[in-house]
Amino acid sequence: MKNLFHADKNGYYGEFGGAFIPEMLYPNVEELRKKYIETMQEVSFQKEFQQLLKDYVGRPSPLYFAKRLSEKYQVKIYLKREDLNHTGAHKINNTIGQILLAKRLKKKRIIAETGAGQHGVATATVCALMGMKCVIFMGEIDIARQAPNVARMKMLGAEVIPAKSGSKTLKDATNEAIRDWINNPEDTFYIIGSVVGPHPYPDMVARFQSIISEEIKRQLVIKEGTENPDYIIACVGGGSNAAGAFFHYLEDKNVKLIAVEAAGKGINSGESAATSILGEEGVIHGSKTLLMQTDDGQITEPYSISAGLDYPGVGPQHAHLFTSGRAKFLNATDDEAMQAGLELCKLEGIIPAIESAHALAALDKMEFNKEDIVVVNLSGRGDKDLDTYIKYFKFD
Amino acid sequence: MNRINNKLKEENTSNNKVEKLLSIYFTAGYPKLNDTVSIIKDLEKSGVDMIEIGLPFSDPLADGPTIQESGVSALQNGMTTETLFSQLENIREDVGIPLLIMGYFNPIMQYGVEEFCKKCDKIGIDGLIIPDLPVDVYHQKYKEIFERYNLKNILLITPQTSEERIRFIDSISDGFIYMVSSASTTGAQNSFGESQINYFKKISKMDLNTPQIVGFGISNRETFQQATKLTSGAIIGSAFVKFLKENSINQINEFVDRIIK
Ligand SMILES: Cc1ncc(COP(=O)(O)O)c(C=O)c1O
Repeated sequence: MKNLFHADKNGYYGEFGGAFIPEMLYPNVEELRKKYIETMQEVSFQKEFQQLLKDYVGRPSPLYFAKRLSEKYQVKIYLKREDLNHTGAHKINNTIGQILLAKRLKKKRIIAETGAGQHGVATATVCALMGMKCVIFMGEIDIARQAPNVARMKMLGAEVIPAKSGSKTLKDATNEAIRDWINNPEDTFYIIGSVVGPHPYPDMVARFQSIISEEIKRQLVIKEGTENPDYIIACVGGGSNAAGAFFHYLEDKNVKLIAVEAAGKGINSGESAATSILGEEGVIHGSKTLLMQTDDGQITEPYSISAGLDYPGVGPQHAHLFTSGRAKFLNATDDEAMQAGLELCKLEGIIPAIESAHALAALDKMEFNKEDIVVVNLSGRGDKDLDTYIKYFKFD
Repeated sequence: MNRINNKLKEENTSNNKVEKLLSIYFTAGYPKLNDTVSIIKDLEKSGVDMIEIGLPFSDPLADGPTIQESGVSALQNGMTTETLFSQLENIREDVGIPLLIMGYFNPIMQYGVEEFCKKCDKIGIDGLIIPDLPVDVYHQKYKEIFERYNLKNILLITPQTSEERIRFIDSISDGFIYMVSSASTTGAQNSFGESQINYFKKISKMDLNTPQIVGFGISNRETFQQATKLTSGAIIGSAFVKFLKENSINQINEFVDRIIK
């Protein structure tokens, strides 16, 4: 009963998940599979992890009652302020956890993929913190359109390698990272940035991000006298911020879970990233899940104005939450997200990441009772997106 | 009996001079969409013992740049699973050597695993190599289907594979074991170093039931001979794909001659 929505011991969530990896990766992934839970539960690990989350990341992140936004939507809206974390997003919760694991597995070299650069920055940051060598793979096209984050990674001491294969974006950066791992099986640890990839990654990343829902429970009791909101809303690219925000609520069906995907220019425009609607079952990056592909099984390139949401797949847990109906999947177009982002600026004085703005855009698509409590996971801040906001709204 | 088993038996029993088996990989639909059949025929005529036909995939995780690029071209040329099957429809009228399809799992899943196997059987394909179909998933879920359609599923081992796991893979393998020469993606190398030679020796000492064929990094006569000293044969992929990029497909026999003549 307890385990309906978490990974089973082979990393399956219903039909989805598993580890569809070439034999070359088996020893690495197997080592991690055997050790991750045990290591994460060690007292010394937990102590170091919690300490860093507190003193370095700045946790707990506030649960902020958004008064003016609540008035507008006639419901009680709380924002979980992951945007206030060091490096500006939830991504660092995961990179801190994984680098502590890498250290305990005696790895010397860290690799990671990145799309917009948020996960790359969060990885480069913890590598600097731990004095470890850091190599980030990033699609050639993304490097050109995310220059400030590329500069950040370099300042932090990382080597940024352009992924020139395929469509030269996030999925190809992930392919390159996996190929690098195949070529460096002994000393290298791969820090994956979302709840994707072969088992145990989706479960491991979800556990590191579960600090989000753990804190929401504690914070909501103080503010509302209950641990449980009526709704939790989060955006989904690969799905890590949503997985963290949902984690401790998965088995409690009174809490409605809302996942918001990027519809890009519209679901049927051919330029979208709404995987749950447009995807079919398949295997991507070592995991059986829903993914966008041709009838012939070639993986297609998604589109969203937000670089953090244009991944052609979705984590296997989310595929399961979608098909089982445990979570409701909504989507927001570029325009809806941009307007919702601007609205938060005007009403609350907070500039959200465009990814997070997709979650906010769902508010307008839902029917609430006035007494309902809604938590929106504000996964990141919008500093990295200023260029996009400026161009879109013609502020210059 | 399956052509792969036959071939390997033949090689091992022609005992006055032990012939090592040469297998060649190429990407279907490259350089041109309709080159598939003529490449296969020329390879057989040139003395190649076995062929791996690559079904191109958008995201080939285990492949290095050369094979990746050939896959991108092949897909741009319009190669699909259905197209490949129709090109191969009558291949057994002309070609007698073992033919395998090497492809990633996602396109096969989309086609339907059983449908795919059925079609392979009908055409006369002898085996499949699916690098991202893990051993245990194959064993628990698909082994029966493969066997029903007379297909050998060729499993990989690498220098990092533990002895215990190699024994397990040996126990569920038929045809041959694909011995990946080093911890790497596909790609040509000029010679093998000490660690690879030691790995070949270690596997040879294990005295496995299934013959081993070495792949990844074989590019010329020297690497072919090094790789086959203690094994049943070797597979050349990237070096051949690169040759096709730089030469006409009418020159295939020159490539093969350089390896085995
Ligand atoms: C602020 C922010 N939110 C959300 C995401 C999407 O990732 P995930 O779905 O794994 O939370 C990203 C990815 O870069 C991000 O930077």
